[in-house]
Amino acid sequence: MYVAVKGGERAIENAHRLLAHERRGDRSVPEVSLDQISNQLSLAVDRVMTEGSLYDRELASLAIKQARGDMIEAIFLLRAFRATLPRFGSSEPIDTAQMQVRRRVSSTFKDMPGGQVLGATFDYTHRLLDPALMGEASPEQPSVVAEAEPGVMPRVTDILGRDGLIEPSPVEDPEHQVGDITRDSLSFPADRDLRLQNLARGDEGYLLALGYSTQRGYGRNHPFAGEIRVGEVSVEFVPEDLGFAVPLGSITLTECQMVNQFKGSDTEAPCFTRGYGLAFGQSERKVMSMALVDRALRARELGEDVKAPAQDEEFVLSHSDNVQSTGFVEHLKLPHYVDFQSELGLLRKLRKEFAEANEAPTPMQEAAE
Amino acid sequence: MNAPTYNFAYLDEQTKRMIRRAILKAIAIPGYQVPFASREMPMPYGWGTGGVQVTAAILGPDDRLKVIDQGSDDTTNAISIRKFFQKTAGVAVTTSTVNATVIQTRHRIHEAQLGAHQVLVYQVPIPEPLRFLEPRETETRRMHALAEYGLIHVKLYEDIARFGHIATAYAYPVKVNARYVMDPSPTPKFDNPKMDNCEALQLFGAGREKRIYAIPPYTTVQSLDFEDYPFEPYKHKACCALCNAADSYLDEIVTDDKGSRMFVCSDTDYCETRQAQGHRGSENASPFAESRHA
Repeated sequence: MYVAVKGGERAIENAHRLLAHERRGDRSVPEVSLDQISNQLSLAVDRVMTEGSLYDRELASLAIKQARGDMIEAIFLLRAFRATLPRFGSSEPIDTAQMQVRRRVSSTFKDMPGGQVLGATFDYTHRLLDPALMGEASPEQPSVVAEAEPGVMPRVTDILGRDGLIEPSPVEDPEHQVGDITRDSLSFPADRDLRLQNLARGDEGYLLALGYSTQRGYGRNHPFAGEIRVGEVSVEFVPEDLGFAVPLGSITLTECQMVNQFKGSDTEAPCFTRGYGLAFGQSERKVMSMALVDRALRARELGEDVKAPAQDEEFVLSHSDNVQSTGFVEHLKLPHYVDFQSELGLLRKLRKEFAEANEAPTPMQEAAE
Repeated sequence: MNAPTYNFAYLDEQTKRMIRRAILKAIAIPGYQVPFASREMPMPYGWGTGGVQVTAAILGPDDRLKVIDQGSDDTTNAISIRKFFQKTAGVAVTTSTVNATVIQTRHRIHEAQLGAHQVLVYQVPIPEPLRFLEPRETETRRMHALAEYGLIHVKLYEDIARFGHIATAYAYPVKVNARYVMDPSPTPKFDNPKMDNCEALQLFGAGREKRIYAIPPYTTVQSLDFEDYPFEPYKHKACCALCNAADSYLDEIVTDDKGSRMFVCSDTDYCETRQAQGHRGSENASPFAESRHA
């Protein structure tokens, strides 16, 4: 007597309840608050906002809590929410030259207007586990709050640009509206605006690996970290009925301008070229990787050979999105009985034909019939 | 905090209009893959987001929705999608194929014949039938534009040369309206003949790959083959152990670790309807209905 398998609905409900229970963990341990996540796991929040393409610390913290610290799951939660938000317009282009800088380093000049601002960084810490953090630690107040020299802090690439040593930054073309990969499906070849959008929400680990591969010779582009800056930038919006820009608030950004070698061509003098990275919050690894990959993807435009994976735009852009990647990889968990049954049938047929042709039936074949 | 509020069938009306435009274009060019601005849905890519977006765009308050996965209404993902639309659209749902107006499916076409009042929505993982022969979208789009399908015929020919027959068991490519080669989604080739000259509208949604395509009613759908090696639909050598059907697609159930197996209909509604009509198979027991425990 066989009973058909059923009860999926109850199984799902029970699984959800169990998940909520496990997310909470030991109930004698105090629950983590969104403020705690936002303040003490701030770099996780920054990554979720960047790859989730939504600047909202509170919702990103909620996503991290709900996802039990699974970053890609948190990014997915934020993206799915973002997709439902109405869009009332586009902001004015932000101006990172006007950034309230908290950290700014250049590896190309020892000093330049505005100076180097080390700021808060892991860079020169010794990676020794700190037992003091096992309990509640109360670190010393910072002696001097890192503060940039007053006045504007020109971008290193602007300084190079004045002598024509670096290609000019592309200027806005009023004829060409900036694309939007969340509103149109990406097609190839893709222009740089679309490529940068794709990389901005692309998986940090994926971009890191691709960027690294260019350094190891797969599409080498001789990069220098022209400048990395972290700080606050104001966002302005022009409401149609008002006709002038009003500030909406400020956001924290990390920007990387990579300066890369270019040998020049028959028609163009040798000059430095640019790779660009931009992300929400403090996300230095992300913007540096992004800048390396951006530059690699400009191979076609600059007349370089497209040979390495990081230069292959269709390959890079089609696989950068971790929400898409994880969905398709993990969908293998879904039932595939029907297809598998077809394959079983085919395989048995092929094996039978093979056995008949060789006139030596295998024991497997008997079992299968 | 912005408390989330959602529209009827989840998607906002502008998004639905965008999807409907893509659907209309797809119907106008049978078998052609129309790019659309797929949204992030609250379920993972690869789990039916394309089908869900198509369903959300065509669903009206008076529709009766059926969702199947592997032919069954009771597989976990089918339940999850059905509950999603119950929650976000409040539409009536059914497991009955004949009573449904919209049927969303993954990997199967149910056994009962579709009527003109019905729409079948397929979930599609890889919409491009040429993808595993040519990974680049730029190339495959050109091949479709020029109807340059030699490559896929060579693949089928190589199967014949090597195995003596075409060795594709599911996602068996078809030519729609004598023009576009189309991926029928990973349905077993057993189901291919049902697509041909079907009374119902068939819509295909691929969310991750951002493509929608369609087979309008009464359109020819030809499984690719050769004159001397015609398309052979898959046939089971067994009957359903529950309803004794000899014409349905069967799932193989492993019943012990000694090699015992039995076969039952993959289409649960078809099987249950037949059992209610008094058909009995060799292993018949009335399936335990979930509603009793709800």
